[in-house]
Amino acid sequence: MAAAGARWNHVWVGTETGILKGVNLQRKQAANFTAAGQPRREEAVSALCWGAGGETQILMGCADRTVRRFSTEEGRFQGQRHCPGGEGTFRGLAQVDGTLITCVDSGILRVWRDNDKETSSDPLLELRVGPGVCRMRQDPAHPHVVATGGKENALKVWDLQGSEEPVFRAKNVRNDWLDLRVPIWDQDIQFLPESQKLVTCTGYHQVRVYDPASPQRRPVLEATYGEYPLTAMTLTPGGNSVIVGNTHGQLAEIDLRQGRLLGCLKGLAGSVRGLQCHPSKPLLASCGLDRILRVHRIRNPRGLEHKDEPQEPQEPSQLSSEDTEADELWASLEAAAKRKLPDLERTSGAFQTRRRKKKRPGSTSP
Amino acid sequence: MEKAGGSRKKGLKRKRAAEEPQEAAVVEDGATDSGGQAPKATAFPPGFSISEIKNKQRRHLMFTRWKQQQRKEKLATKKKLKKEREALGDKAPPKPIPKTIDNQRVYDETTVDPNDEEVAYDEATDEFASYFNRQTSPKILITTSDRPHGRTVRLCEQLSTVIPNSHVYYRRGLALKRIIPQCISRDFTDLIVINEDRKTPNGLILSHLPNGPTAHFKMSSVRLRKEIKRKGKDPTEHVPEIILNNFTTRLGHSIGRMFASLFPHNPQFIGRQVATFHNQRDYIFFRFHRYIFRSEKKVGIQELGPRFTLKLRSLQKGTFDSKYGEYEWVHKPREMDTNRRKFHL
Repeated sequence: MAAAGARWNHVWVGTETGILKGVNLQRKQAANFTAAGQPRREEAVSALCWGAGGETQILMGCADRTVRRFSTEEGRFQGQRHCPGGEGTFRGLAQVDGTLITCVDSGILRVWRDNDKETSSDPLLELRVGPGVCRMRQDPAHPHVVATGGKENALKVWDLQGSEEPVFRAKNVRNDWLDLRVPIWDQDIQFLPESQKLVTCTGYHQVRVYDPASPQRRPVLEATYGEYPLTAMTLTPGGNSVIVGNTHGQLAEIDLRQGRLLGCLKGLAGSVRGLQCHPSKPLLASCGLDRILRVHRIRNPRGLEHKDEPQEPQEPSQLSSEDTEADELWASLEAAAKRKLPDLERTSGAFQTRRRKKKRPGSTSP
Repeated sequence: MEKAGGSRKKGLKRKRAAEEPQEAAVVEDGATDSGGQAPKATAFPPGFSISEIKNKQRRHLMFTRWKQQQRKEKLATKKKLKKEREALGDKAPPKPIPKTIDNQRVYDETTVDPNDEEVAYDEATDEFASYFNRQTSPKILITTSDRPHGRTVRLCEQLSTVIPNSHVYYRRGLALKRIIPQCISRDFTDLIVINEDRKTPNGLILSHLPNGPTAHFKMSSVRLRKEIKRKGKDPTEHVPEIILNNFTTRLGHSIGRMFASLFPHNPQFIGRQVATFHNQRDYIFFRFHRYIFRSEKKVGIQELGPRFTLKLRSLQKGTFDSKYGEYEWVHKPREMDTNRRKFHL
């Protein structure tokens, strides 16, 4: 029962208490999975990514510097791996060819051999990226290419199979109109598909596009939104725009061809911590410090689709959207109002599942 | 059918009433009187309302007549209902409860269930856990915005008598971000900043210190001690009891815990003073009383101390940093205040 439940979850969210939640949007239920059976703040999830083999495994980077592997087929944690070195939490996690790439806050990027043994062997490769890293992202088209950026740490693109120097190092923009240096704070990075371009969103409410293929190391396009730091970003299915979220819970869609604001999404009350768009459908899942997972529809018409209250601080949370059985399930999102029924079942010690039914809000209707 | 002039209003009405049936079925205007004809049945066109009569006096008359009739009918139904209730006696159905906005409150999905384990774990390990585990005792710093006026200064002084172990300091134009590290090094646990505008206090920033959340409130209806009628003597040095009412949602819980962590945590309290934070419809009412039990069921209370009303504007994670801090909850009027029956605390 737990296995079937695990496979049918559409959105996976990590929380600050170490619980991985799988949310089934069709049945409006959330299932909790913990490695040790009890939530622990030391295991706060700071990075999530899909593991090897399609979308059957999830890798969770925790605050105690371990990376846990969770299998969505079986619905339980399969193993963990301690990744020491450097200070701070994980800022990026990626997997390629049986190796694991981790990057921590102090700038140590390591590539580990991904074996099932728990012993931490030495890393295969170690790079120093510079202190204050806020995000490390892997290029989905070229898995050996990663990009890092952070506070006073300019965007750098590294090829892990190549040399120890970055392939592309971004240059800061010109001094502003008062001839003062513009500070750098890259909070999130995304690779644009079908080109070598990258998009970053900064803590100084700018969205910048860089093109390593052009001779210009400065950003090709810069757009600003709002007055608060942008904390999360995701690409839309069309590939022409990004959706960014800031610390006040404002979500905006910005077109990258012109740098224009296309529209905003409302509903969030707290800082946005994770955003993820569905790969093909115009749906956006967002979670933040207000402890609510929301699914918005991005176009025709723009509005809130679902709301889910896991009641957990979803602070360092990222979402992985599943799309295997997606089509028929996402298409049939019905407005079924169900009463909240907390129902606890303890299974054999390895994990703890809890089913909850949510009530669909009536106020913001699509 | 014509009466002499000088009749009373009722007489006039009767005259009009008598003449009314004589009116022809005119489309809009039923105001003209034709004298001395045989009474006919009134025939207003369907969908005709009294407000369509153009003549103000006549319209007023028709309206008052209609209103009197409504009142009579209402009284009649009330009497009938009362008689039926008396007749049924014990078997009468229970009286219907009148609807109020509090009754009709939209169910909030984030209402905390007392058995919720996740929330219990979350609260056991959040920033206030050390206070609730009795590991730290509160030490409060109260200050204001720069150059406060008399009312604000007096409010600060009175607040420091209400909150034990609190110190008032004059804000000499210092930046909060500079004050906070100094407070942390001197073991303060909370910082209260009362903001003032045009000589009246209008805002409150409550920041839990080591790295705790910062809440920003709008403060209104501030009454100092001398403005409170029938007040008791000044508060004594006893540690007050605290009452937190109606903080049901998850956000409400966080705010409630923030208020609770201002006062020393001691269930064996002495003294008869009590500070109440009562939340109703997202407004938090602060009152400070002294109570005395006159008998087992009767309590007498005296209000001492200042009173004010707070409304939460934002809750920010981390200490005060309004530009770059991450907000856990921000009040957005155009999104959150669209429904009169939805509350967040």
